[in-house]
Amino acid sequence: MGNMREDLQHAVKLARIELTAEEEARLGSQLGDILKYVDKLNELDVEGVEPTAHAVPLTNVLREDEPRESISHEAAMRNAPKTANGLFIVPKIVE
Amino acid sequence: MPHTLTISQLTDKLTQGELTSRDATQSCLDRIAAVDDQLNAFLSHDPADALAQADAADAARAAGETKPLLGVPIAMKDVIAVNGHPLNCASKILGDFNSPYDATVTQKLRDAGAVVFGRVNMDEFAMGSSTENSAFGPARNPWDTDRISGGSSGGSAVAVAADECIASLGSDTGGSIRQPAALCGCVGLKPTYGRVSRYGLVAFASSLDQIGPITKDVRDAATLLGVIAGEDPRDSTNVPEPVPDYTAALTGDIKGMKIGLPREYQVDGLDPEVKAATDAAVAELEKLGAEIKEISLPHTEYAIATYYIIATAEASANLARFEGVRYGARVDGASPEQMNRATRGAGFGEEVKRRIILGTYVLSSGYYDAYYLRAQKARTLIRQDFLNAFEQVDLIASPTTPTSAFKIGEKSGDPLQMYLSDVFTISCNLAGLCGISVPCGFSKIGLPMGLQLLGQPFGEPDLLRAAHAYEQVTDWHTKQPNLD
Amino acid sequence: MEYEAVIGLETHVQLRTRTKMWCGCANEYGAEANTNVCPVCLGLPGVLPVPNAEALRKTALTGMLLNCDVPSYAKWDRKNYFYPDNPKNYQLTQLDFPSTIEGFVDFEFGEGTERVRINRAHLEEDVGKSTHFADHSGVDFNRAGVPLLEIVTEPDLTGADMAYEYLNALKAILEYGGVSDCDMEKGQVRCDVNISVRPIGQTELGEKIEIKNMNSFSGVRRAAGYEIERQIGVLREGGTLVQETRRWDDAVGITESMRTKEDAHDYRYFPDPDLMPHTPSEEWLAEVRASVMELPLARKRRLMADFQLPASDAEVFVGDAALGDYFEVAANGAKNPKAVANWVMNNLQAKLVETGGSVADVKFEASAIGELVGLIEGGQINSKIAQDVFVKMFESGKSPAAIVEEKGLSQVSDSGELEAFCNEAIEANPGPAEDFRNGKETALNFLKGQVMKASRGKANPQMVGELLKNILGS
Repeated sequence: MGNMREDLQHAVKLARIELTAEEEARLGSQLGDILKYVDKLNELDVEGVEPTAHAVPLTNVLREDEPRESISHEAAMRNAPKTANGLFIVPKIVE
Repeated sequence: MPHTLTISQLTDKLTQGELTSRDATQSCLDRIAAVDDQLNAFLSHDPADALAQADAADAARAAGETKPLLGVPIAMKDVIAVNGHPLNCASKILGDFNSPYDATVTQKLRDAGAVVFGRVNMDEFAMGSSTENSAFGPARNPWDTDRISGGSSGGSAVAVAADECIASLGSDTGGSIRQPAALCGCVGLKPTYGRVSRYGLVAFASSLDQIGPITKDVRDAATLLGVIAGEDPRDSTNVPEPVPDYTAALTGDIKGMKIGLPREYQVDGLDPEVKAATDAAVAELEKLGAEIKEISLPHTEYAIATYYIIATAEASANLARFEGVRYGARVDGASPEQMNRATRGAGFGEEVKRRIILGTYVLSSGYYDAYYLRAQKARTLIRQDFLNAFEQVDLIASPTTPTSAFKIGEKSGDPLQMYLSDVFTISCNLAGLCGISVPCGFSKIGLPMGLQLLGQPFGEPDLLRAAHAYEQVTDWHTKQPNLD
Repeated sequence: MEYEAVIGLETHVQLRTRTKMWCGCANEYGAEANTNVCPVCLGLPGVLPVPNAEALRKTALTGMLLNCDVPSYAKWDRKNYFYPDNPKNYQLTQLDFPSTIEGFVDFEFGEGTERVRINRAHLEEDVGKSTHFADHSGVDFNRAGVPLLEIVTEPDLTGADMAYEYLNALKAILEYGGVSDCDMEKGQVRCDVNISVRPIGQTELGEKIEIKNMNSFSGVRRAAGYEIERQIGVLREGGTLVQETRRWDDAVGITESMRTKEDAHDYRYFPDPDLMPHTPSEEWLAEVRASVMELPLARKRRLMADFQLPASDAEVFVGDAALGDYFEVAANGAKNPKAVANWVMNNLQAKLVETGGSVADVKFEASAIGELVGLIEGGQINSKIAQDVFVKMFESGKSPAAIVEEKGLSQVSDSGELEAFCNEAIEANPGPAEDFRNGKETALNFLKGQVMKASRGKANPQMVGELLKNILGS
């Protein structure tokens, strides 16, 4: 990765998105512009302001511990790219 | 030509026995066959399934059943799950995904007797303002097919404007219902956050997304909202407020209603034609007895920056599940990580990649406080602006969009310019308000323009009353594009 | 230079609930792969989580059992990382406002009692389970979304054995509270171990090294023991330690480096927009508090004090809470609680094992064991008869007194009747009688046995001894 700021490259890596060199160059410059634009928020005095995570102030939304009928195994697996023995198959996990 | 009818017109004819649901559904299917090649509103539809639902509705009606949408064909944005049907979010990454479950709104539509049909076009994962970001080509504006339909619910608006369905559902995260409704000349309603269940709506930005109707008139929006609103034990963010009869609010009487005009909405880039049309609409509302007041929303200029931080951050996590393990179009790799990278690199379009990277960036170590936390605080200030304003006024009026529909391709190289065009619609989602766009005129070259009204949380009845009263004294909503 | 170890543990425990954390799928081990799954726990597009109230109750209960505060505000966060077993590729957890904070666990270690402080016990969700094949891996999502409690200690543990004893004490508490079955075989308890060493006397901590994903307590003890030695060894040889994550190889008995701080994860935590905060009310907390029970260590001490039991007996009753509850009822008011304990631990336990039942299935009242002991102590029956009475109690559920009465098992303590038995025995066995007279004490036992036999076990053995001596000595 050559044409992108290092901090953006870090984000690309975290996001697990393969980019072509061309995409990297274009996205790198566009994201640079967007980040410059959003820096506008630095003008704001947010001292003592509570952050908003939800648009409505609900609390304690819970469900009782009661089983609910689910979808069939076949329905669960039918969109899988690869299955065997009832498992979702992926390239070998090595850690 | 049953496909041109509104929900209320069609329902009357079905009740009178003048038409069957099969007639209406077939008429929509014929219309799609006739015009959709020009419009690309539908990504897919299943005529046999639609007609089977129509026949079932006709049988139910013959057996004496009455339901609010019995036999009415409703098209679904490709971001809402319908059991047994494709769910692609207009993206390549989902491959041939077929939903094994129904969204709550889908279930509610079925319970109301609707014929749920078609997958309509949109910006990929609802990210965009023009439907140019669809992996399956842009939806085209029926008033000028060289122009954009607006977005992200472009297909929903086009399908309604071009009479390919009776009404449709879209989703709105920063204007995605209201903006294409304005640009295509139909009515688009974004309900209050928490009013309509999000279960089965593929999430873009969870704290901003709402499903809402796109319709041919305000009465239909009220009817459709009444069906899809309400409590859902599957959605923790759903507010357990009783659902009123929204059509009862359509009295035509807005005398004494206070409507605010935000001083800060006189922005650069506001097209004089759009300004003239909305000014005229406001004057019309005043004539109907509304009291017009100037108000201030002092943090308006920070809304777009706030939105693009919060929405992309949420999206970066919401879209992490598309990596080729359990569903979707996998591109192989030697390790799970390589498979994920290749799958996401090939499957996501550029706007989606841009937003995921931006959202990942603003959450990443060292940047969280500077971007994400600051944006959450700015969101508090923006919300507070509206709550203050609503102490003085009942509704807020503005243009829905700064310009009418632009040419396809015109802004595609400059995402930031595209983002800036969301200026009037975005705050509504940040503040958790409700909003509606109604047709308020046509530009000199014949492109529709929209008036936006914003209401307090759960203020849909006021919003619908004002929009309906305006609609009663104008005929913009009755105009139809010529596609022959 | 002498070194000391500093250990902190993060223990992940699956909660015992009927359903998963966010959906109505069964929280059940051992089902066919990918059968306890639904759109929610598979992370299909469009789904939303709704929290399981019981999991929150059990979390709060755990907090109370671990002497934690249960704050009036808790929220959910997304922890972002890609892994094939992680359906959403973010895990829902509680970062900065967990459901319980700041407690402690007291546990026995060596001769005394130690205290480890608990930083927090927060609620999160389990991931799926991967199976590895030659050239690929397979994932089963039955476990994905099972409620998982992460219990984090302060770095208060100073050695491998101490860590081991803390874990045992923690497990006992969680089992006691009915919070988790803590079945290690089923992977219901997993630990991450943080270890550093420092020269004795130094206050700042050494470089922290984490050993991930240990699934047995003995493994934790071995790994910690190995790791402490390794780290001290590195420092003694003049080497330096770096912050890193290591893996325990149980077969070889060593730890190996997995990753260093440089490639540590960047989890991008942020508040989950799909889940609303939990703000437990006083009523809700009171309801949870009502199910707080005595902790194992406290119970052990009380059993020892109130019933004069030796530590080993008390541990049996603490280890098997149901049996312990049974014992407490049986021994209530008993003059000899130790004898009651013996009956419960030996005879009752043996019968339960034999029949495969539990104390809930026992037909007689627990107080009947106290009565049985009373009959023995009062001399109404002897201990041999008591064994038979117990068997009949177990079969029929009748009270021991009723059985003794019914079967005529009452001990014969009438001296006239016993004297007759004794004379008969002496007459029939002149040899042994003569032997006793000549000073062979053991001959008396033989005669006693004959009397017991003649009386079908009912004779009071003490009285028989006395009588025989009197007769033969006169």
